[in-house]
Amino acid sequence: MLTARRLGKRYGEKRVLRGIDLALPRGGFVVVTGPNGAGKTTLLRICAGLAQPTEGTIERQAARAQVGYLGHEPLVYRELTALENLELYGRLYRVPERRERIGMLLERFGLWEARHDRVASYSRGMTQRLALCRVLLHEPELLVLDEPYSALDEAGAELLDAQLAELRGERTCLLATHDPAHVRPLASGALALST
Amino acid sequence: MGRTRIPLPALAVSSVVLVTTALAFVFFVAPNDQSLGFSQRIFYFHVSIAFAAYACFICGAWQALRHLWKRDPRADLASYVCVHQGLIFGTMVLITGSIWAKVAWGRWWIWSEDELVLFLVLYLFYCAYFMLRFSVDPGPQRANLSAVYALFGVVLIPVSFSAIRLARAYFHPQVFTLHGPNFGGWILVTYCMAQAAMLVLAYTLYRLEIGGKRLDVRLRRLREALA
Amino acid sequence: MTYVRDVGALARKDLLLELRARDTLPAMLLFVAAIFVVFHFALPGTPSKLETTGFLWVAILFTALLGLGRAFVPEREQRTMDGLVLAPCDRSAIWLAKSLATLAFLAAAEVVALPLYALFFHGLGGAAVAAVILADLGICAVGTFLGAMAVVTRARDLLLPLLFLPLAMPIVVGAVGATVVDSPGRYLGFLALYDLLFAVVCWASFEYVVAE
Repeated sequence: MLTARRLGKRYGEKRVLRGIDLALPRGGFVVVTGPNGAGKTTLLRICAGLAQPTEGTIERQAARAQVGYLGHEPLVYRELTALENLELYGRLYRVPERRERIGMLLERFGLWEARHDRVASYSRGMTQRLALCRVLLHEPELLVLDEPYSALDEAGAELLDAQLAELRGERTCLLATHDPAHVRPLASGALALST
Repeated sequence: MGRTRIPLPALAVSSVVLVTTALAFVFFVAPNDQSLGFSQRIFYFHVSIAFAAYACFICGAWQALRHLWKRDPRADLASYVCVHQGLIFGTMVLITGSIWAKVAWGRWWIWSEDELVLFLVLYLFYCAYFMLRFSVDPGPQRANLSAVYALFGVVLIPVSFSAIRLARAYFHPQVFTLHGPNFGGWILVTYCMAQAAMLVLAYTLYRLEIGGKRLDVRLRRLREALA
Repeated sequence: MTYVRDVGALARKDLLLELRARDTLPAMLLFVAAIFVVFHFALPGTPSKLETTGFLWVAILFTALLGLGRAFVPEREQRTMDGLVLAPCDRSAIWLAKSLATLAFLAAAEVVALPLYALFFHGLGGAAVAAVILADLGICAVGTFLGAMAVVTRARDLLLPLLFLPLAMPIVVGAVGATVVDSPGRYLGFLALYDLLFAVVCWASFEYVVAE
């Protein structure tokens, strides 16, 4: 699904990533770990197609429409409601049976009651749940998740655990975290970055 | 270096020779203008510098296109250096143009001189290019934004030119016919001489600057490798 | 067809955001009214129709700049541009939708501003209205494009007028020409040509502004 060879990235003269090899087979689940500033986010952005590497090559067997990316930012509009945000992304991703799919996801992540509230009024944990809904909305083949557990409470983390376990094997997943213990049972591989 | 290029010292020598010869031609060979007299000679420099500046801007856009199209990592720097040289020559155009306006019409600035007004617009445009470039951190995004803006520049040149022509009709028709010398004989030779000198000078300066910048990059990489 | 639907979905989002926040359009309206008052005091004596026409276009240009500066603020503040760039739609749809939304705000502001101008200064003819429409297209197409460039820089709002004004000079020539001369055909044609040319350039190169 994803093969990276000798991947490197510099911004001007600042080098943020160097010599990364990564093989993520279809259905695989690779956990990326490393201290702050090791380049986890940069690596994930490259894998999601948001950035281009300056050295090395990356091959991805998934079109843009088949990638689900969760970054540090929830990538939703604060002035819109949860429903409006998902409607927008549902249209852009041409999700079939959009309404049902959105309703199902909001229900599962416990946001159905708050669906008509503006995201600005959400807590951080609720926003993160909405971001997860956005990522899963179009049933992506490749999931790229950057610190998905951040801001989630216990119940939210359990929901995410269950969701990931359900997708395990069917979908490919690349997940960056500083707390790998949580997802160790799911992982098929690991990549440790260092500064 | 993929292609063999003219070595820099040879370029430097030839630009010195050409500029000196052009100066000699302008001052000693070209005939005096009938109405404007001796001071009309600045025309040779004004026009040839303007063409050199245009050449720089167009080269900059060409390199920008190469960056966007072929993703040639060296094209971004080349494009920037071209525009930088264009801006230096552009400053000279405005200064010589202003002097010429003073000589010909007795004022330091003249709005009815289309070429000069066009250059002012372009000058402001390319100054904004610099503001843009220095307001973004180095990286692919800066390269892309600079390249796109440089491409807008070459679209703007003909559009502005025709706009200024069009604007004439609604200003008071205060006609100054631009009377550059009637081309022919020594005038033409002198002009060509000056033009060649300016183009070679621009290219030499371009090579000098880009050579320095590339050396800088290599030095920093070496230091990084050692550290 | 999907392209049109993408543009529709994105433009709908922008109008909805403005409806919620209600900051751009009222600001544009207030600004254009205030600037007319300032112009009255900045023009000594009784200004001729020719002079006030020039000021009308300055007012339109600066009002548009106000709106254009706000255009990508939601994307910047909430970093949602990544989300739009990742979506499978053509990236130029983002530019087109944003241009259409900005055009709607500018047109709404002018619906108030032009009668106000007629009330305060001089009446306007049909050619002037045609010029306003054509100029709006060019202003929004180029301005939105440059707005997307300016929001990713450190200077942000400061940079947009600097990037935009040299490119807007031909629009001013076409618009003022069409408003003041007897046979405005040439100027309107020039404006239409400008719109077409820059719309194509913006459409083709927007991808590079938002994606690496």
